[in-house]
Amino acid sequence: MRTNDPLDVLVIGAGVSGASIARKLSAYELDVALVDKECDVSFGTSKSNSGIIHGGFHHSVRHLKARLEIRGNAMFDQLHKELGFPFRRCGILVVATHSDEMKVIGQLYAQGVENGSVGIEMCSRERMLELEPKLSPDVLGGLHAPSGGIIEPYRFVFCLVESARRNGVQLHTDFKVAAGTFDGASWLVRAEDGRSLRARYVVNAAGLFADEVSRAFQAEEIPLTPRKGEYFLLDRSTPACPARVLFPVPSHNSKGVLVIPTVEGTVLVGPTAKDIHDKTDLSTTAEELEKIFDYAKRLVPRVSQGDVITSFAGLRPVLKDEDFFIDFSSVVPQLIQVAGIQSPGLTASPAVGEYVKDLLRKAGVALTEKKTFDPFIEQVPRLREAGPWEAESLIQADPRYGNVVCRCEKVSEAEIVAAIRKGHTTMDGIKYFTRAGMGRCQGGFCTSRILKILTRETGMAPERITKKGRESFLLRGRL
Amino acid sequence: MDAAVVGGGAAGMAAALEIRKRGARACIIERDDELGGILLQCIHNGFGLHEYKEDLTGPEYAERAVRGVGEAGIAVFTRTTVGEITANGAARELTCYSADHGVMRIFARAAVLAMGCRERNRGNLRIPGSRPAGVYTAGLVQRLVNMEGYIPGRDVVIIGSGDIGLIMARRLQWLGCRVHAVVEIMPYPSGLTRNIVQCLNDFSIPLYLSHVVSRIHGVDRVEGLDVTPIRNGAPDPAGQFHIACDTILLSVGLIPENELSKTAGVLITPETNGPVVDATMMTSVDGIFATGNVLHVHDLVDNVSDESRLTGGFVADYLSGTRPARQVRVKPGSNVRYVNPSRVDPGRGNRLYLRPLIVKNKAELAVRAENRQLRRVVLNHVQPSEMISLTLRERDMTDLSPDAVLEVSLS
Amino acid sequence: MKKELTCISCPIGCAMTAEYQTDGSVAVTGNQCSRGAQYARDELVDPRRVVTATCRTESLSHPRLPVRSKGPCPRDQIPSLLEEIYKMSVKLPVRLGDVLGVLGGVEIVASRSMPPR
Repeated sequence: MRTNDPLDVLVIGAGVSGASIARKLSAYELDVALVDKECDVSFGTSKSNSGIIHGGFHHSVRHLKARLEIRGNAMFDQLHKELGFPFRRCGILVVATHSDEMKVIGQLYAQGVENGSVGIEMCSRERMLELEPKLSPDVLGGLHAPSGGIIEPYRFVFCLVESARRNGVQLHTDFKVAAGTFDGASWLVRAEDGRSLRARYVVNAAGLFADEVSRAFQAEEIPLTPRKGEYFLLDRSTPACPARVLFPVPSHNSKGVLVIPTVEGTVLVGPTAKDIHDKTDLSTTAEELEKIFDYAKRLVPRVSQGDVITSFAGLRPVLKDEDFFIDFSSVVPQLIQVAGIQSPGLTASPAVGEYVKDLLRKAGVALTEKKTFDPFIEQVPRLREAGPWEAESLIQADPRYGNVVCRCEKVSEAEIVAAIRKGHTTMDGIKYFTRAGMGRCQGGFCTSRILKILTRETGMAPERITKKGRESFLLRGRL
Repeated sequence: MDAAVVGGGAAGMAAALEIRKRGARACIIERDDELGGILLQCIHNGFGLHEYKEDLTGPEYAERAVRGVGEAGIAVFTRTTVGEITANGAARELTCYSADHGVMRIFARAAVLAMGCRERNRGNLRIPGSRPAGVYTAGLVQRLVNMEGYIPGRDVVIIGSGDIGLIMARRLQWLGCRVHAVVEIMPYPSGLTRNIVQCLNDFSIPLYLSHVVSRIHGVDRVEGLDVTPIRNGAPDPAGQFHIACDTILLSVGLIPENELSKTAGVLITPETNGPVVDATMMTSVDGIFATGNVLHVHDLVDNVSDESRLTGGFVADYLSGTRPARQVRVKPGSNVRYVNPSRVDPGRGNRLYLRPLIVKNKAELAVRAENRQLRRVVLNHVQPSEMISLTLRERDMTDLSPDAVLEVSLS
Repeated sequence: MKKELTCISCPIGCAMTAEYQTDGSVAVTGNQCSRGAQYARDELVDPRRVVTATCRTESLSHPRLPVRSKGPCPRDQIPSLLEEIYKMSVKLPVRLGDVLGVLGGVEIVASRSMPPR
């Protein structure tokens, strides 16, 4: 909003798709803005998912999502080098425990070969147990996709947005799109709180709310179904932690309940898949949670309810044909719809950014590479990753590295301050950036300390501090 | 350094004081700003009835030990967190982080683990529902209220009838909040009767025994929860009711905080979630001792001081090269959940701490071995929420064979 | 007038009843010892509680000072006592046991020492 000239592109939705698109566009001489209705980025589906970089064999190449998955998967090493988010290419195993499941394994294998999944192999029972000794002895065989991996999805989105902003993208949070009006050359996009932005092109990457945004622009109906997935998080000390991501043979509407070694060292079990009506319903349910253990134990018998440290749910925005819809609107001009981004949305995101950039180019948008584009971002050292000597120099340079605030995940005050200074001023935002509060005590120890630091750094009255924005206040008042 | 004590609460201070009294050098490493541990936030009274024969508040109890530590010349490192303990030949090496001192490596001939507990939380209980703001563990609210002066909410429901929750029920009422209910899964309360009376009955707060919280509601902040009765051993949805509230406190148990112990390779038993210790309170790692809540969850701080003083004495023995000539195994028998320590030294008196599985008046506590009864005591009243301490005397353990196993039972 | 109560003198927790007799004395039933009887009588005639709370300090790093009533005070006096305590603001340093105020005849003392911060 520096000048009266319209932006070139306005991206609505700062989840993994929107963030990827914004960062991609920030490499060109374009005026780009990224908006999100939440008070921080990655607060939608991008924060509650499996964190998996998929292996490119689950979907046929005739689906857009399959092509973007393969392309996206290949881009993660470079992105990891540039952005430094936690990422590990640990590999994926699909486990068959019945003979009729072996047929599906064959199909997945063929699909993987066709798609170009690097290193994919069909495995005998012995090979499966060699790759993963903790597997159920009922395993008959399966598939190994070494190109699969794990990431911390919210860290990934934070890095993408930080990089985009570093390269000129404007971020506006608490910006809930109310209406868009086209004047023949550009869109005037108005937020509920009265702010407005003008842009020649708009990208609707609003995830679960892509349908509402589309309506605000009088564009086509996007019939999304929220599909809920519930997860359990297991303690990092659980003996059930596998070396690779474990999949069962997929069902008609989901890849199944997985056992996922997270890149942080914990274990995720889930997700379930249940279509619901209310797109704001992120509640976990006793019935679905029970199912998770039944399924997970079929993969790794050692999975135990006693290791649970928390549970959560995420919602996938699903289109009827189960594919991504990424194209210009057929109803209104200069609006690109990026809808139905369910799995493998995270994996595909770098390719989605590319794809949207190409759509813009084909539409005639001039894309001149920005000479000053810097693909790297500032890395905030993490105390838990530092050996004693490294820790010593960190503390010498910044004594706040010596104050351990979250003892379960070994997070120092310096990292909390860094998170706050980067704009993460909610308890959840700080949690996603630093991992403080994600450990076994679930914030019992660190919450009071984080509140103190937040008050000190921002001057916010403690009663104004929220868990995740809006009315999610932690405290009612002061004595 | 002769002994490094990890944790400056009641346990750590008592152990360090005893070590110092016996002439060895001790230091205390405490992660908070000052010594005192959890006692500093326990501003209610009821402490010290045994230790000092007075009715003290937590801070009053702590201050006596803190004064002692100051006078005894024990080195204290506050704002210092121990990251790792390794056994390094004859020394225990503690790697610590501190803003003032950077990374410190403390070498001590003995280490005492006195880190206390963490609280069981909603995640462990897997309570379904949304994840709004306003769900806390009782200990966290105790700190926020008593040390920072915050009011967490207005309308409160407490899950679990543990003492911390009961104490906080009264504290919140005294702040002007309204506590609508305490919901307890068991058919009996887990806290002391004194607290049921003074924290719930005094304020007419209903206690729902044999009930579970089946769902938490609320988008941004807690809006209410569903409570379901347990009938015939299972939740009965027909009896479910809703309580509107904006704050939920969980008082559902404590877990000894042994992550640091694990870095040292200390063996932890699922019976107590604490280290296995021998007759000298030494863990499975030579020269590393454990005492207080990190060993097993206590309910009286007086017992913590007592146990830790004894531990300090054993550490001093260890430092002077004295080890028990022999040790005999102890195990829990019927109606006893666990016994600590798991070994006794028949050459002296041994203080045993145990927890019953039953509620009974005039219960008989018996120690048996090799088909004979070594000791029998009648206790006026036992209940799971009250730890029992028994001193096994040298004369109770005469003529025991080397592989005798003592069994402690209640009936 | 009668009162049903649970004794807290020892862990047994006898269920007792304390009732005023026509001659003004108090009869207690259900107790197993004399401490229980005394407790029941007191609860009916003159229930008292030790009050513990915190009051404001002027320190940023240690904003609350734990305080207590020196001895038990009448139960129905507690709400007004608390109101007064919450209004108090204490200048540091204080020593454990310092009398910070006398409210309605009840001495409020510092529950810990706190140096100036």
